[in-house]
Amino acid sequence: MAWVLARCRFPGRPVVNALVHLPLVLPPVVTGWLLLIIFGIRGPIGALLNDWFGVRLVFTTAGASLAVGVMTFPVMVRAVRLSLEATDRGLDEAARTLGAGRLDRLITITLPLASPGILVGGIVAYATCLGEFGAVITFAASIPGQTQTLPLAIYAALQVPGGETKAAELSMVSMTLALIGLLLSEWLGKRLNTMLGR
Amino acid sequence: MSLHVLLRHRFPSIRMDVEFEVRTPGVTALFGPSGSGKSTIINAAAGLLRPDECRIVIDGQVLGDTASGIWLPPERRRLGLVFQESRLFPHMSVATNLRFGLRRAGKGPIRFEEIVELLGIGALLARRPHTLSGGERQRVAIGRALLAQPHLLLMDEPLASLDAARKAEIMPYLTRLKTALALPILYVTHAFDEVAQLADSIVLLDSGRLVACGPLSDIAARGDLPLAQRDDAGALLLCRVVEHDAPRELTRLEGGGATLWVPLLDRTLGTDVRVRIPAREVILAGKAPEAISLHNVVPGEVRRIAGDPARRSVLVEIVLAEAALISRVTPDAIVRLGLAPGRPVLALIKSTSIEVIGT
Repeated sequence: MAWVLARCRFPGRPVVNALVHLPLVLPPVVTGWLLLIIFGIRGPIGALLNDWFGVRLVFTTAGASLAVGVMTFPVMVRAVRLSLEATDRGLDEAARTLGAGRLDRLITITLPLASPGILVGGIVAYATCLGEFGAVITFAASIPGQTQTLPLAIYAALQVPGGETKAAELSMVSMTLALIGLLLSEWLGKRLNTMLGR
Repeated sequence: MSLHVLLRHRFPSIRMDVEFEVRTPGVTALFGPSGSGKSTIINAAAGLLRPDECRIVIDGQVLGDTASGIWLPPERRRLGLVFQESRLFPHMSVATNLRFGLRRAGKGPIRFEEIVELLGIGALLARRPHTLSGGERQRVAIGRALLAQPHLLLMDEPLASLDAARKAEIMPYLTRLKTALALPILYVTHAFDEVAQLADSIVLLDSGRLVACGPLSDIAARGDLPLAQRDDAGALLLCRVVEHDAPRELTRLEGGGATLWVPLLDRTLGTDVRVRIPAREVILAGKAPEAISLHNVVPGEVRRIAGDPARRSVLVEIVLAEAALISRVTPDAIVRLGLAPGRPVLALIKSTSIEVIGT
C-alpha cells in the first residue's frame, strides 16, 4: 500500500490516499461506529462473514484486533511511505541498468533501504495499538480478557470505588511498554542505519 | 560493427537534435560544455529517458526505435552504466555489489576473477561501500557494470567527482580495461585530458547539436572546431616505439607517416603509444634550419588555415602521409612564409614538447 502511494501515479490516487488516512483524523468513536456498520452482524461484510464462515467480529478479540488494525494502518503506511520516498531513486536506476526487474528491485534494493523507517513505523504502530480506546470500545466493547485494551482497563478501574491502585499499576505497565517501544525503535533504527552505512 | 545514435528531444530550455555513428569496439568520447546534451544521450541509450524521437542501434541490435515503437526497458538492454556518483548499494558488501548484475545476466564472457584482478579490487571484496575511498568506489562501480555482461558500457563523467590524484589512480585501470575487453564504450566527459588518454573516436556536442564526429586523431587536428580554440589544442598521433638510442637517451617513434624522436621512454620496442603535440609548440618553416637543437623536422602539406581572432593567431593544419598536425602561429608568419592550402611546409617539433600518453 505504502509502495503504491509512494511510487505509483494513477487516477483516484488522492481518494485512496484520503481513505487510508481517514482513521487518523476521524474521532476514533466514529471509526468504531463505521466498523460496526460495515462489519456488524447485519453489516454488508459482517453478514457475509457470519453466514459463510460463522465468523463474528463485533465484541470479540478478533474484532478488537481489527479495530486497532484500522486505527494504526495510516500510521504504519505513513512511516513506510516516507522511508520509501526517502530511498535514493538513483540506486533504483542503477539496479535497473544491472538487469533487475520491478519486483526484484523492490525486494533487493527498496525494502532493505527503507527497513529502518518500516521498523520504526511498526514500533510506533504497536505503541498506538496499546493505547487504542475509542474505536475498540465502540466496535468490540470492553470485555475483560477479550477486548479490553490497557486504557479501557484503566478507565474501568477508575469507575470502581477504590480502583485507583489498580489504575496506577496499569498506568505504570502502559508507561513501561511505551518507553520500551520508543527505546527499542531508537536502538534498532541506529543499528540498521549503521548497517546501511549512514 | 558500429553504434548508431539518433536523438531528437525538446526540453523546456533546449532542443536536442543529434545523429552520429561510430565504429565499435572502442572508446567514443561525448565531449562538450555542460548542457550540451551528453548525459541525455547516455540516459536515452540506457533507456532511462525516452526522447520524442530516437533510434539507437548497437552492432545491429536495436535497443530503441521510436519510429517502429521498439523501446526496451533498461533492465533488458544489457548495458553497463557507470554514474558520476558510484551508486553502490550501501546495504551490500563490495562482492555482493559486484555480483548483482552478474547473477541476473546469466552466461557471459566477462568473469568475476578477471574483473577483480583487472581493477585491483581483490582486497576490498568484504568491505562495505561507505568504507571505501572515492576512487575505490568508482572502480567497484565499473566492475559491477562490466560483470552485468554488457554489450555497451556507458560512462557518465565517471571521474568528475574525483580529485586529480584519485583520477590519476583510476586512469591506468581504464586504459587496461579498454585493451583487455573488446567492448564498445560511450564515455561522457568535459575533461579533455581524459579524452586524449582514452578515446578512439570523439563526438563533439554543443547546446544539443552535433559539432563534429570522427576518429580522435582526425578531429583533434582540425583548426576549425571549438577544440582548436582551447589552450591545450593539439594533434594526437598513434605511434609505435621502434628504436631506443640509449647513448643519446632518445627513443624513436613512428606513426601516421612521421618519425619523432622523444626523450628515452621506458617502453618495450613495438608497443603502441599515444602522442600529443600541442599546437603552440609546433614551429613552421619553409626550409630545414641548420645548427639547431631540434630533432624533429616533419615534412607535410598545408591543408587549411583557420583564424582564431580572440588570440590574434591562426591555426594551420598540416597533413602528413596518414595523419595531421596542427600549429598555432601568428598571422604575420603565414604572410612571411607565403603559406596557403596545398603548399609544402616543414613542422619543427622539440622532442621535449611531445607528450607521450601511452595506450
